[in-house]
Amino acid sequence: MKESAPAIEIRGLVKSFGDNRVLTGLDLTVTEGSIFALLGSNGAGKTTVVKILSTLLKADGGTATVNGFDVVTQAAKVRESISLTGQFAAVDEILSGRENLVLVARLRHLGSPGMIADELLARFSLTDAGGRRVATYSGGMRRRLDIAMSLIGSPRVIFLDEPTTGLDPEARLEVWRAVKALADSGTTVLLTTQQLEEAEHLADRIAILHEHRIIVNGTLAELKQLLPPAEVEYVVKQPTLEDVFLAVVGRTQQPPPVRTGEEPR
Amino acid sequence: MTTHCIGDTTVLLGRSLRHISRSPDTIVTTAIMPIAFMLLFVYVLGGAIQTGTDSYPTYLLPGILVITVASGISYTAYRIFLDVQSGIFERFQSMPIPRSSVLWAHVLTSLVANLISLVVVVLVALAMGFRSSVGVLAWLAVAAVLVLFTLALTWLAVIPGLTAKTIDGASAFAYPLILLPFISSAFVPTDTMPGPVRAFAEHQPVTSIVNTIRELLAGQPVGADIWLALVWCAGVLAVAYALAMGAYHRKFA
Repeated sequence: MKESAPAIEIRGLVKSFGDNRVLTGLDLTVTEGSIFALLGSNGAGKTTVVKILSTLLKADGGTATVNGFDVVTQAAKVRESISLTGQFAAVDEILSGRENLVLVARLRHLGSPGMIADELLARFSLTDAGGRRVATYSGGMRRRLDIAMSLIGSPRVIFLDEPTTGLDPEARLEVWRAVKALADSGTTVLLTTQQLEEAEHLADRIAILHEHRIIVNGTLAELKQLLPPAEVEYVVKQPTLEDVFLAVVGRTQQPPPVRTGEEPR
Repeated sequence: MTTHCIGDTTVLLGRSLRHISRSPDTIVTTAIMPIAFMLLFVYVLGGAIQTGTDSYPTYLLPGILVITVASGISYTAYRIFLDVQSGIFERFQSMPIPRSSVLWAHVLTSLVANLISLVVVVLVALAMGFRSSVGVLAWLAVAAVLVLFTLALTWLAVIPGLTAKTIDGASAFAYPLILLPFISSAFVPTDTMPGPVRAFAEHQPVTSIVNTIRELLAGQPVGADIWLALVWCAGVLAVAYALAMGAYHRKFA
């Protein structure tokens, strides 16, 4: 494989469920080692794209390659290159966290699955919970375990389908940290989300999926340029307690700015 | 690929068996209903039933074994349904493992769980007066018939497991299967039944299976029944397997 080959390449992807057209000619390229966010409202077809790329669904038309392999004719090769973290944490509730990791390591035919499991438990701060049944885990812990399971075997491309839906803010930050660490290690991440903040925070490139096709695709800076230049607005800033404190103890270098609470003209 | 197929199926089988060992209630509840039927028929109704044999528990057991399997396989549908719902099925499908491994692991789990339930039921029957003096070979033949029957019904259970919309739908299909033995030679000889019922009872699969097991356990020569039973089981197995695979491929490309 050439080094410049894109991790994911989609050309003219078409998919319908009965009369319901979900994708009508979708094009997308994701470069290796980047985080790509597919943004769209509910039912826009994000999950359908992920399912086609992870060989769970067959497209009606168009082509898609992952890691250079065609998702239809080289499905087995694709499955060796990817990991899917679906919309709902796909973990085994009856097994312990450690057993879940060992299971996936065995299915990927890796040596010393126990060691791999312990390593990942440590990396995702789950060591203490590792022996407990997953049924007792919080939403954030489940998601972390879910992502940890996806990392086993170091797949080249990871699909995260709405990875933080239903998580509290703290758990969301944990997941974000994990995703960033992934990209830093050279893994390509395709994530879908309906949270604009998530895409803004994580993604190198963002595509907006709307009415069956990609309507915008670019970096955050490029996307921002689509709007008229930002207007400068004056906002009244009340002094913080810190400003007051520094002013009254006389530690400030320059006199505190005069704040009248009036709009400057 | 073949070694991976067996290896992966074994890993996944270990997973499902661990599920069973952590919720042994699925085996207990599987055995409870047939045992309750056995108690009811032996101690309440049995005195009034004329079977032409000395021991009603001995007459009854084959039908009870069929009911045990019929109630046991609903857990297979239940477990597959949960795997589909939880998304773990999709995780397995997107991994480089032979796709049939996932289903086969469930089918083999069903086989193991049902065999344990069957042993429990036979032990209770022994305590209630069931007796058989036949040798190991006859018992092996009985086991073989029951294994084939379990496989056929398990593949039938895979279909609602994959396609059901609700958890109730996934397990409800087993009820007609549990009732089928009542319209057969399982509890009473068929000759007292009115014409059409008798015709149905004598030509439905349960009767030939029950008769085969009964003849084997009594040490009598098995007649055409065993061939009929095998044809029924193999036929149901082939059709159910094809339908299950069809449902599977519709769900996962």
